[in-house]
Amino acid sequence: MKHVKCECGHVNPHGTILCEACGKPIAEETTDKLVDMRYEGSARRSQTYNKTVIDKIWNFFSSVKVGIWIIIVTLVASAVGTIYPQEAYIPPNVTADEYYQKEYGWTGELYYKLGFHHLYESWWYLLLIAALGMSLVICSLDRVVPLYRALKKQSVTKHPNFLKRQRLYSTSSSWTDQEYEHVKSMLKKRRYSIREENGNLLAEKGRFSRWGPYVNHIGLIIFLLGAMLRFVPGMYIDEVLWIREGETKVIPGTNGEYFLKNRRFTVETYDKDSESAVFQEAIDRAGNNKVAKNYEADVSLYKREGKLIPGADPKLKKIKDSEIRVNQPLKFEGYAMYQVDFKLNEFSSMSFHLTDKNANRNVGSLTVDLHNPKETYDLKNGYKVKLMSYFPDFFFDDEGNPNTKTRVPNNPAFVFKMITPQHKKGEVAFVGIRENLEPLGNNDYKMTFAGVETKNVTGLTVRRDYTLWFLGIGGAIFMIGVIQGMYWNHRRMWIQKVNNEIWLAAHTNKNWYGLKKELNGLLESTSLTQLKDQNDKETK
Amino acid sequence: MDYASISSNLLYVAFIAYLVATFFFGGAIRDKRAAQKKTKWATFGIVVTIIGFIAQIGYFITRWIASGHAPVSNLFEFTTFFGMMLVGAFIVIYFIYRLSMLGLFALPVALLIIAYASMFPTEITPLIPALQTNWLHIHVTTAAAGEAVLSISFVAGLIYLIKTIDQSKRNKKAFWLEFILYTLISTLGFVAVTLAFNAAHYESSFNWVNKSGEQEQVVYHMVPLVGPHQSEWTEGNDIQPLIDMPAIINAKKLNTVIWSLGGGFVLYWLIRLILRKRIGAALQPLVKQVNSDLLDEVSYRAVAIGFPIFTLGALIFAMIWAQMAWTRFWGWDPKEVWALITFLFYAAFLHLRLSKGWHGEKSAWLAVGGFAIIMFNLVAVNLIIAGLHSYA
Ligand code: HEM
Repeated sequence: MKHVKCECGHVNPHGTILCEACGKPIAEETTDKLVDMRYEGSARRSQTYNKTVIDKIWNFFSSVKVGIWIIIVTLVASAVGTIYPQEAYIPPNVTADEYYQKEYGWTGELYYKLGFHHLYESWWYLLLIAALGMSLVICSLDRVVPLYRALKKQSVTKHPNFLKRQRLYSTSSSWTDQEYEHVKSMLKKRRYSIREENGNLLAEKGRFSRWGPYVNHIGLIIFLLGAMLRFVPGMYIDEVLWIREGETKVIPGTNGEYFLKNRRFTVETYDKDSESAVFQEAIDRAGNNKVAKNYEADVSLYKREGKLIPGADPKLKKIKDSEIRVNQPLKFEGYAMYQVDFKLNEFSSMSFHLTDKNANRNVGSLTVDLHNPKETYDLKNGYKVKLMSYFPDFFFDDEGNPNTKTRVPNNPAFVFKMITPQHKKGEVAFVGIRENLEPLGNNDYKMTFAGVETKNVTGLTVRRDYTLWFLGIGGAIFMIGVIQGMYWNHRRMWIQKVNNEIWLAAHTNKNWYGLKKELNGLLESTSLTQLKDQNDKETK
Repeated sequence: MDYASISSNLLYVAFIAYLVATFFFGGAIRDKRAAQKKTKWATFGIVVTIIGFIAQIGYFITRWIASGHAPVSNLFEFTTFFGMMLVGAFIVIYFIYRLSMLGLFALPVALLIIAYASMFPTEITPLIPALQTNWLHIHVTTAAAGEAVLSISFVAGLIYLIKTIDQSKRNKKAFWLEFILYTLISTLGFVAVTLAFNAAHYESSFNWVNKSGEQEQVVYHMVPLVGPHQSEWTEGNDIQPLIDMPAIINAKKLNTVIWSLGGGFVLYWLIRLILRKRIGAALQPLVKQVNSDLLDEVSYRAVAIGFPIFTLGALIFAMIWAQMAWTRFWGWDPKEVWALITFLFYAAFLHLRLSKGWHGEKSAWLAVGGFAIIMFNLVAVNLIIAGLHSYA
């Protein structure tokens, strides 16, 4: 490795543009263009080596140009994903290949064919995000070390060429030592830290803001890593739990440790009569009782005690009663349970009378628990009803036989055998909603519908997400970094005696207006020449 | 008077104050004596702006008292709040840079935004369960504040473009600059057309057939230029649409867009005929005296200030709320995605500036682009791409 020795005596690493110490441009060109102060003109790996494959990859990802392209491509791809709804948002009862075609014609079909309906989960989108992360890491490493070196090694005395070519610059030929001291004390007052050397001065403040971008990039990287952690087993649990009122169920994802009982589920809507007058107009517009006010599941949380014994009912200990509402999940032991869905008025039991058709008289009644029906209902005095078949969600299948679609009692139907003193062998009746068939000829008895009870069902999501910690920390670091870099700036002023003149030069990474105003404010009461913006071609 | 009506009166006061302040700032920049120093006109301008701003804060607080929740829960409320934040951001930046010119452009933009907001249902709405949380207030207010500061960057950028683009002959840049101005005027077109039809109590109902072949009803409040699929007039003003749209297009919204663009077109040409030149060219002499570097600096500074606020409000607070309301911090809902796009765009902006040296004109175009994305998220995503956040 070659080192470059500057005329000030400082030895710079190979690739340096501006001497780390005195700021003299290393490859001295005779130009009066302003010096490029980016990264203090330090030697960056990417600008210096380009031999091996690793060099090439490193150089590729350390280029901000490449980084910007990655950002732009991600941006455009993200936008494309919003043209039509993503698969997750289409109605649950249609398949994706039908939906896009039917809903949006051939463009929808194309969208689907290109896989844009799950764009954000596609391999190439994930690859883009990975490239962004890669670029962030390499880009930051490539710059932060040399930048740190350069800022640390900078000396007070600068090469005149460096000063002359700063954006804010002035020369004065007459001044007094008092004025110099005055400026110095004013700079101190404005919290500049001052270094002096051979009658030259460097005032500097806000250097820490230079680390802002690197801090925020680290935050972003932690955030991206956190997002990837989701795929690590155990970090992330996402389950669904439907519970009927009165039911107690084991909470999935808790290894059978926790149980939840749904005591009651309610939906409230905004009602004209009970809401305050200011809402009347809005309720009228949307329709009375059309706007949801509250979804609430009143639940009890239980913990299992003792070992899990298959087949036996677990022993449960109540931990707490709680309400789960939207925005108010129930939290326990790292788990959170959210109110996300519901079903109102699901059939829970049905009652029937056993009726003597001829006498038109009820001889007994029974109630079938639709989730847990009994086989036989003894109505005493020689009357009995046997439940031969039960179809919770009844329909006629392809062969014309009664069958059930699901195990949810959406449309219950029963085949009963009615045993009576007259018919010891029993008569068969098929009973469903608005259906009462006698498949084996005329019966003397029938089952008459006597009533139905319904219950509400709540749909809860069970989450445990250990990645949130990472994401939170990443987000916080990101915010600290951007604020550090954006709300502070790194200001420097050099005062140097060159020949018989005093030269002033100043630099900031942001907010030149503020810097100029601040420094020229300090110079106001002195005979030193005000700093002039060498970039500004308009104000004369 | 009850709080609700005090509230709407205060909004009127604010609106008129901003309008008056605009004229003061107009006076300030014509005052040749001092290009950037304080003038009496400018002082009046900023005082009236602050009065308007206080009135609007009054609107906000009284409406909050009336409804029991911060008024940021529907399109009208959010957009009005955004307008208020824009004025607030302008006031802050004004006190840093003392640039009257900024007022002359920022206040009309805020006025347009508030007027646009008022075209949507303004009644106080009760909150659906997902919105019943303080995170609604925290997220929406910070996001709007961030977007407002970023919009100041657009305003400064726009002035920069008006000043520096050569408008003496036809060219692409001059065309696009005119296009930006036309878009702003179209917002006025939308407001004017809506108000006109409202004043005439225009209403007509149609039956139409939707994608699934079912019959639906729709009520137009503007003369139907384009009608819904297989439309059939049922009642109200009896004007038939010129043409029916296919079922997959929301004809009513398209009709509104056509009317707004048309209204904007008429307004634009009226102004242009009066001025006898391109609007940009007519504005150019007004902005001549501002220093371009200062405009560039303001534009960049606004992004530097606004970007962290935006990120905090529109992404971080949004994620915290989404985690509580929808069980996941991120769900690729269109509104979320567009917030991400805004974030990425401004990140690109900052990097282009920093490393590619995109200052001045390029930076100004980018500032315009950023504002376009913010507006797209505010207007189009709400009205066209419906998702969880869709207010309308
Ligand atoms: C979405 C992703 C990114 C965000 C949000 C982000 C954010 C930022 C911010 C806020 C700054 C400070 C800008 C300023 O002070 O004006 C910055 C600076 C910087 N970023 Fe990024 N960045 C991202 C991605 C990248 C990538 C992919 C690269 C690499 C190619 C990169 C390279 C840099 C560099 C080199 C700086 C300047 C550092 C310095 O001035 O010392 N950034 N970034």
